[in-house]
Amino acid sequence: MRRVVSLFLPTWSTDRVRKVDPALPPEAPLVLLGRDGRRRIVLAADTGAQAAGLRLGMPASLAQVMVPGLMIRDADPASDRRGLERLALWLHRRYAPITAPDSPDGIVLDTTGADHLHGGETLMLSDMTGRLSAAGFAVRAAVADSWGAAHALARYRAKPITVAPPGAGTDMVAALPLAALRLPVETVHGLHALGFIRIGDLLERPRAPLTLRYGVELARRLDQILGRIDEPIEPVRPSDPIMVRRAFAEPIGAAETIARTLSQLVVALCPLLEARGLGARRLDLVCHRVDTRPQAVRVGTAMPVRDPRRLTRLLCDRIETIDPGFGIEIMTLAATVTEPLLARQTASVLTEDSPPDIADLVDVLANRVGEGRLYRAAPVTSDLPERVVRRIPALTPETAASWPGRWPRPSRLLAPPEPIETVALLPDHPPVWFTWRGVRRLVRRADGPERVFGEWWRRDAELIAVRDYFRVEDQAGERFWIFQAGDGEDAATGSQGWFLHGLFG
Amino acid sequence: MPDTRTPPALDALRARIARIESGGGHGRSMLPFGIAEVDRRLPGGGLALGALHEVAGGGSDATHGSAAALFAAGIAARTVGRVLWCITRPDLFAPALAQAGLPPDRVIYVEAGDERAVLACSEAGLRHGGLGAVVTEVARLPMTASRRLQLSAEKTATIGIALRRWRRPAEASDFGQPTAAMTRWRVSMLPSARLPVPGVGRHRWRIELIRCRAGESADFELEACDASGRLAVPADLVDRPGAQGRSRAAS
Repeated sequence: MRRVVSLFLPTWSTDRVRKVDPALPPEAPLVLLGRDGRRRIVLAADTGAQAAGLRLGMPASLAQVMVPGLMIRDADPASDRRGLERLALWLHRRYAPITAPDSPDGIVLDTTGADHLHGGETLMLSDMTGRLSAAGFAVRAAVADSWGAAHALARYRAKPITVAPPGAGTDMVAALPLAALRLPVETVHGLHALGFIRIGDLLERPRAPLTLRYGVELARRLDQILGRIDEPIEPVRPSDPIMVRRAFAEPIGAAETIARTLSQLVVALCPLLEARGLGARRLDLVCHRVDTRPQAVRVGTAMPVRDPRRLTRLLCDRIETIDPGFGIEIMTLAATVTEPLLARQTASVLTEDSPPDIADLVDVLANRVGEGRLYRAAPVTSDLPERVVRRIPALTPETAASWPGRWPRPSRLLAPPEPIETVALLPDHPPVWFTWRGVRRLVRRADGPERVFGEWWRRDAELIAVRDYFRVEDQAGERFWIFQAGDGEDAATGSQGWFLHGLFG
Repeated sequence: MPDTRTPPALDALRARIARIESGGGHGRSMLPFGIAEVDRRLPGGGLALGALHEVAGGGSDATHGSAAALFAAGIAARTVGRVLWCITRPDLFAPALAQAGLPPDRVIYVEAGDERAVLACSEAGLRHGGLGAVVTEVARLPMTASRRLQLSAEKTATIGIALRRWRRPAEASDFGQPTAAMTRWRVSMLPSARLPVPGVGRHRWRIELIRCRAGESADFELEACDASGRLAVPADLVDRPGAQGRSRAAS
C-alpha cells in the first residue's frame, strides 16, 4: 500500500523572506508584491497581514492604505521555488527516499517503507511539523493513500496533522469542499452553481455528463484523489549522489532474486563509499516497477557503516515490504546520508576478550521498530520519580552513572499515578488501609514518609508542591509505593489526595 | 541406606543425549544461583546458559510482573554483557533494575508494538550471541514461538528469559500450557523480613520451580535480589532446627 505525505506551507513565501531578512520586525505584517500587467498587486501575505484584512490579488496601494506600518517586499517566485527544492532535499535526506517540491506552497513525500525509522506515521509527521515550525515556517501535514487525498487533507482540514488510515482516506476526503480537487477555479464555480458543494457529492454521480461539460480533468482528479490512477512523484536528487543502479533485461519479482541483486548492489556501493572515506547512515533502495510505481525501502544505521555483509543484512531484512507487482525493471541503491568513516587502529588486548560488538543487532532492531523505540535509560538528577529516567540512544558511550540507591524503588511505575481511597492519620502517617482498583488492602508494615519537593525552577505550580512517599506492605505481602499529594496540613502544598505510584517486587 | 548416586553408565548416556539435543553447539554451561538449596534441584547445578527460561508472577502479580521482573533482572545481572529487554508496555522503572544489579549502561530496551514484534526482536537478540541475556515480556507464548526462542538461544550462550505477563488475572491459566522452555518459575510475594523496629524489611519471595527439564519441581522461600542480583536464604530458615546440622558441618 502506497502512503503519501503532503506538507502544506501556507505562508511559505513570506516565511522565507523573513528567514532571509532577519531585520524585519517579527510583529509587523508583511506582504510581497508582484505585477499584474501595469498594476502592483499583493502576491503573498503573512498571517498578520491576512488577519488585518488583506487578500491576495489586492492592489498594493489599497493594502498600504488599509494597514499602517505594513512591511513590503518584492515577490521572488524563482527563489521561492529554489528554496522549496532545497527544503525537499533536506526532507529527502531526513525522512523519505522519494520526495518532491509541490509548487507553489507544498512538499510531497512517498513515505512507503520509511516511516518505521521514526516510530510510525503520527510520530514522523509530528517530528516534521515540529522541526519546520521551530525553523519559523507555518506547516500542516497529512498522510493518505494517494497524493491527491494527502494534498486535499493537508490544505482543507484545520488540524496541523492528519493521518488517514490505509483505506479510510475516501471517507475523509468526501467531506472536503470541491476546491480541494486541484481543479481550475472556473470549473469549481460552475459545479457550485449546479449545487455540488463537497467532493462526496460528485463521487456517486455518473461520469459521462460531467466529463462532457467540464472535460477529462475532473474525472482524472477524482480518480487521483481516490487512488484509482497513479500519480507519479518525480523525486529530487542530490547533486552528487553516491548511487549504484542496475537494470534488468527481464523484470524480476522473486524474493531470492531481489536478495541476490541487493547484495550485488551493496558490494558495488561500498567501494564508492570507501573511495570518499565515508560510511552510510541511511541507505535508500528504490525498485522501479514495470507499472512505473516505485517501491522504496530505507534503512538506517546508528553509526556509519561500510561493511557489505551488515548492509546487505539490513536491506534483506526488509525485502518483505517490497511489493514487486508485475516485476521490477530497475533497482537503485543510494547512500543518502553519509558520515566520515576512516580506518582506525584498534587496541588489541591479548589477555582479555573485548566486549562483543552489538552495533549490528542495534541496527537490525532499530530498522524493525524505529530508532526512538530502542533506547537505554540514563539517570537524571531529579527528585520526582517521573523525571529521573531519560531515554538515550542505545549505542551512547557508557558513563557508569546510576541513580542514588539509598531508598528502594518499585520495579513497575504507574503512569499516571492512580488515585486510591485511604484512611490515614494526618500528618506523616501511612494509611491504615487503602482501596486500589476495587480491592481493599490492610497495611501491615510501612516505611516513610520520604518527602519530595516540587521543582520550582521548572514550573511555578511546583513552587511549594510536596509529595510524601510511603512504601507499604499489605497483609498478603504485596508491596506498594503510595504517596500523598501535599504535606497533610497546608492545602497549598497539594490536593491531600492519596495516589498509588508503583509496585515493588 | 540405599545408594542415591546414579550409575556412571547412566551419566554417560545423559551427557550423550545432551550433546545430541544441543545440536553439536557449544558446550552448555550453567549460571548457578549461589544458593546450594536451589542449585541442587537444577540439573547441572544452575540455570542453563543458551536456553530459554520462563518466569511469571503469582497471584495479582501475574498482571504486573513486578517481582518476576526483579527475579529476571537478578538472573540477567549475573550474566556477562549487555541485556536486551523487550517490552510492549513501558512501565518498567529503571532505578529498580539498577538496585537489582543491572546498571543502566547494561540494559537496552526495545519497545516493540505488539507481541509478535517482541518475539521477533528477542529472537534476533538471542541469535546474535553478543548479549548476556534477553528478557521478553509476553502474555502468550505458543509452543512454536517458544521453540524458536529456545533454538535461537541454543546456538549461543545467551540466556533467554520469557517474562510472562497477562492483561487480566484470568488469562494466567495460559501458564499451564506446554512450552519449549528449559525451566518455568513462578515468583510470588511474601511478607518481608521482620525488623526490630516498625518498617518494611528485606523483600521476600516464594519461588516455585514449576517445571524443569530433566529435574523435579520444587519451591523455595528466598529473600529478594540484593544490589548484585543475588538471592539469599532467609536467616530464620537457616536457623531452624533441621538446618543446624548442615551449618555446623559447614563451619
